[in-house]
Amino acid sequence: MAETREPRLEYVLRLGDSALVLGQRLSEWCGHAPVLEEELALANTALDLLGQARLLLTRAGQMEGAGRDEDALAFLRDPQAFRNVTLVELPNGDFARTVLRNLLFCAFQEQLWAGLRASSDAELAAIAAKSAKETRYHVEHAADWCVRLGDGTDESHQRMQEALDTLWPYTAELFTADAVDEAAAATGFGPAWASLEAGWQKLVRPVLEEATLAVPAPTAFRSTGKGGVHSEHLGHLLALMQTLPRSHPGARW
Amino acid sequence: MYTQAMDIAAAKGEKPGKPTRLENPEYQAQFDDKVDRGDFIEAKDWMPEAYRRTLVRQISQHAHSEIVGMLPEGNWITRAPSLKRKSILLAKVQDEGGHGLYLYAAAETLGVSRDELVEALHSGKAKYSSIFNYPTLTWADIGVIGWLVDGAAIMNQIPLCRCSYGPYARAMLRICKEESFHQRQGYDLLLTMMQGTPAQRDMVQDAVNRWWWPSLMMFGPHDAQSQNSADSMRWGIKRISNDELRQKFVDATVPQAQVLGVGLPDPHLKWNEQRGHWDFGAIDWDEFWNVVAGHGPCNRERLQARVSAWEEGAWVREAALAHADKRAARARAA
Repeated sequence: MAETREPRLEYVLRLGDSALVLGQRLSEWCGHAPVLEEELALANTALDLLGQARLLLTRAGQMEGAGRDEDALAFLRDPQAFRNVTLVELPNGDFARTVLRNLLFCAFQEQLWAGLRASSDAELAAIAAKSAKETRYHVEHAADWCVRLGDGTDESHQRMQEALDTLWPYTAELFTADAVDEAAAATGFGPAWASLEAGWQKLVRPVLEEATLAVPAPTAFRSTGKGGVHSEHLGHLLALMQTLPRSHPGARW
Repeated sequence: MYTQAMDIAAAKGEKPGKPTRLENPEYQAQFDDKVDRGDFIEAKDWMPEAYRRTLVRQISQHAHSEIVGMLPEGNWITRAPSLKRKSILLAKVQDEGGHGLYLYAAAETLGVSRDELVEALHSGKAKYSSIFNYPTLTWADIGVIGWLVDGAAIMNQIPLCRCSYGPYARAMLRICKEESFHQRQGYDLLLTMMQGTPAQRDMVQDAVNRWWWPSLMMFGPHDAQSQNSADSMRWGIKRISNDELRQKFVDATVPQAQVLGVGLPDPHLKWNEQRGHWDFGAIDWDEFWNVVAGHGPCNRERLQARVSAWEEGAWVREAALAHADKRAARARAA
């Protein structure tokens, strides 16, 4: 059963958990990237996302007021309590899927940070201002690779198209309106995610076009991670991530 | 030491690099003068072929060690027990990749390409530091690698900041700064664990027991068995002998272990008032040579991980080149 919380807290957890889970996924690349420069770039992106997650989860803990810090939230919650979008918890797949997901998600983050700079929550506005600079670079880097691979060899094009066919349906979740969204928008806390779609499309479509990729037609599929109902993959990711704090309750590291 | 190959090749019976015949006595004299004065040799300067070969071997081995060294630590990034520790570890491993990058660049100033060097690593022709053929079994290993392995590496590398080849010396300056930072982070991790639960303290002791001797082996064979050292000393590539560095490391580390509250797994470890140094027990050189020869706990896995990353990434590199060609062709057509 998914926990229900105050909508603004839910909203911040969606942001923080998404950054955390994607950061965790990207860190899996360590030591296995196709070229040394990309090893550094992926680690760098993972590090930025992790930094964003720490700030956001710390803020979520303060708002909750139950004494939970970033680590309590990251390591001691079950998968059902995570509010990340499903897109970020899917396995990395190959390098094509990894850079495409970075494009799709980080372009979304870029819209979010822009909207959050006017947040009624000063803390959140500051986090958004800081993160925006990092995210701009992530988007640029991912877009460059999407174009290179999409418009590279036959094999790389095919891998990119497969990645797009796989990931695209998960992007619908980003813009599905719900009560959390409406409450955040109504109180000036943050933009309704649904309102970010146009800007996101404007950013992402030209990249996919330059990459000579065909955007799949919309389907009825809807992932529901931000509501707490995840894919099978999140449980495995968290089992690995949470193993030490869970095996040694109360220990400090 | 990340540069142990210098010693290993000699010990395996390979002829130690002798300076080539004086193709140009005048240049040779200038070179010798510069080295004797302690000036830097730069990429554009004339240098004896054996000097160049030794440097290529040493710098590339160092670069490979940084890259392979990402694997044992990378093994714990996804399981780091706090977000702060995860960030620190990720940043550390990223630094190592960066070290690899500028060391490859330093080697390239000597007329070899990064692709050639990587190929030599993947074929098993080039070595990397044997320390990375040991497994990281618990989180405490991450702290112990920072404290002991990075500590030993720093001990080895600080003299390299004054080595005669300018591009290498300058790369080492930056690397040493970052390594000292890593060492302090490792020690801090261990201090925190030692103030923790009995299970955490046991974890630290177990990790120290496993890493202590391999760390001492990082300084390479005893001076008497290290034939390449003589040339390297004369050329100003190596400044301090293996045994001296090892002793320095032991002397620096024993008090740190005492502060930490861990034992070191050597019954012969004893302060020698007369020498003013810590005496320590005999190193198991059979183990060292076995790991060097490829029979360590993780040799095969480490190399396989590198090779498969490279092979699985081939399509990415090909695509990047193909795209660059297409762009260039379009620019020409426009």
